[in-house]
Amino acid sequence: MEVIDSSLIDWSRAQFALTAMYHWIFVPLTLGLGVVMAVMETIYYRTRDVFWRETAKFWMKLFAINFAMGIATGLILEFQFGTNWSNYSWFVGDIFGAPLAIEGMVAFFMESTFVAVMYFGWNKVSKRAHLTATWMTSLGATLSALWILVANAWMQYPVGMHFNPETVRNEMADFWTVALSPVAIMKFSHAVSSCWLLGTIFVVGVSCWYLIKGRHERFALSSIKVAAIIGLLATAIVSYTGHKSASQVAQHQPMKLAAAEGYYHGEHGAGLVAVGMLRPNASWDNLDEGDSGFHWKVEIPSLLSILATHDPQAFIPGIKDILAGGYELPDGGKALSAQQMMQRGKLAIDALRDFRLAMEAADQPAMTDARARLDSNFKYFGYGYLRSPSDLVPPVPLVFYAFRVMVIATAAFAFILLIFLMLGARVTRSRPLLWAGMATVPLVYLASQAGWVVSEVGRQPWAIQGILPNTAAVSKLDVSSVQITFFIFLTLFTLMLIAEICIMKKSIQKGPSV
Amino acid sequence: MKFRVIVHIWRFYMEGFASMTLGRTLWMIIIIKLIIMFGILKIVFFPRYLQGTHEEKSQAVSTQLTDRAH
Repeated sequence: MEVIDSSLIDWSRAQFALTAMYHWIFVPLTLGLGVVMAVMETIYYRTRDVFWRETAKFWMKLFAINFAMGIATGLILEFQFGTNWSNYSWFVGDIFGAPLAIEGMVAFFMESTFVAVMYFGWNKVSKRAHLTATWMTSLGATLSALWILVANAWMQYPVGMHFNPETVRNEMADFWTVALSPVAIMKFSHAVSSCWLLGTIFVVGVSCWYLIKGRHERFALSSIKVAAIIGLLATAIVSYTGHKSASQVAQHQPMKLAAAEGYYHGEHGAGLVAVGMLRPNASWDNLDEGDSGFHWKVEIPSLLSILATHDPQAFIPGIKDILAGGYELPDGGKALSAQQMMQRGKLAIDALRDFRLAMEAADQPAMTDARARLDSNFKYFGYGYLRSPSDLVPPVPLVFYAFRVMVIATAAFAFILLIFLMLGARVTRSRPLLWAGMATVPLVYLASQAGWVVSEVGRQPWAIQGILPNTAAVSKLDVSSVQITFFIFLTLFTLMLIAEICIMKKSIQKGPSV
Repeated sequence: MKFRVIVHIWRFYMEGFASMTLGRTLWMIIIIKLIIMFGILKIVFFPRYLQGTHEEKSQAVSTQLTDRAH
């Protein structure tokens, strides 16, 4: 048996998380500003008012800075797949490869063509052609995100494939099942609408700065109005898709839901904790029946059952129930315990080993037998790598608090955007409100990152849900080399971020030409 | 006709690049970043872990996946 050093997994995960979180600083602003500038140019196209052209141009400039700084940062993630997560890359190659290849093609052709027309085409192409290019730039960036999110959704809810033990790879059985899986659709809608929200909060924040400084008042108020309308629409979509995503998580990733709720003991008519403080030492293996693990909490009765299943009396399993099994599943079946799933996983791994040996010996009957055992247990393949049921429990406090940061901040953004929209030009009379508008900019980034923490930390220990845990996915590298690259990236990313902030600040200080 | 279209597109891009102000800085950053990524990071820090033919790679992964089970 090969033992993988847990610090190797931790450092490899830390490096990937660092890169992904840095990448996610740029992506949402690109998608969010893309929509804002396209709407502003649409207003210019319809009104022929030069003010709107110059307004759109200013936000396009900030879009360009962010786009340039963020370009290709995602490539490092792909490098890491090949080096740090080679087993994973091989295991999923065909499934992951197709969406990423499409993403590369779409990103390159759409963005490189239409970005050029958008920036170089003023007064050279017709207004309609220019507007089309602006919308296509925005759409191209969104489509890039689509394929990445499809790949991510597949890791959370693997469908549309079959495992081939001859190649040790998952092969795509149905492209559309992968691309249009309900989890992929909801993940895409939720992530993209959250990007719109981030972009609009950024626009409001920058506009508030101009109002505080007493500069570009018409520009700032008009930008706030457009951003507030788009932002409120985005908030509605974020809320709806967030609710639908929670229902999907309840069905396909119950452990993630339980962690996000700090929910150890299952019950009928489960309440939703609006706010609360977990006891730091609370854990699934030291809580008695009736001990929730909270110092204090404000709970809304039955809401978790309603949100997860639309039935106020439905049973929602807690962490202990998921590990113990035996409760009724939504499809009427009975949930297996963690131990039972671990045994089924071991059977699957043994079957893979037997299949490979039989293949070497060209023993067809043995291959057929091993294949049958593998297929019937493959759903639990990843459980065979777990040492104990506790490996299945993600870090509950991190997921619990990240979830609340995301949800409470989103509600606060909706409130602030509504206030700005209702007050209109009167907002200039309230300096505290203008400062609050500026303060929401770092908060929206925090909420955006928190969303990914819920999604990715909440599904630990899985690289692919149920099929491949991190311990099997990671490459056997020297820990020190992963540590060194971690700090190199941290330094590089920090320098890049400082450069972006400086250039962005300079452009904002210079201001629009209206 | 085709030639004129190509010339048109060529001029469009050349005039666009020539009239850039902030864009020059941004392009410089993009080029430096790509050089660092592909010229240094990819080569020095990110070698492909799996080497060899298709069969050798699948055998290597198979061995790792079966050996790591408890």
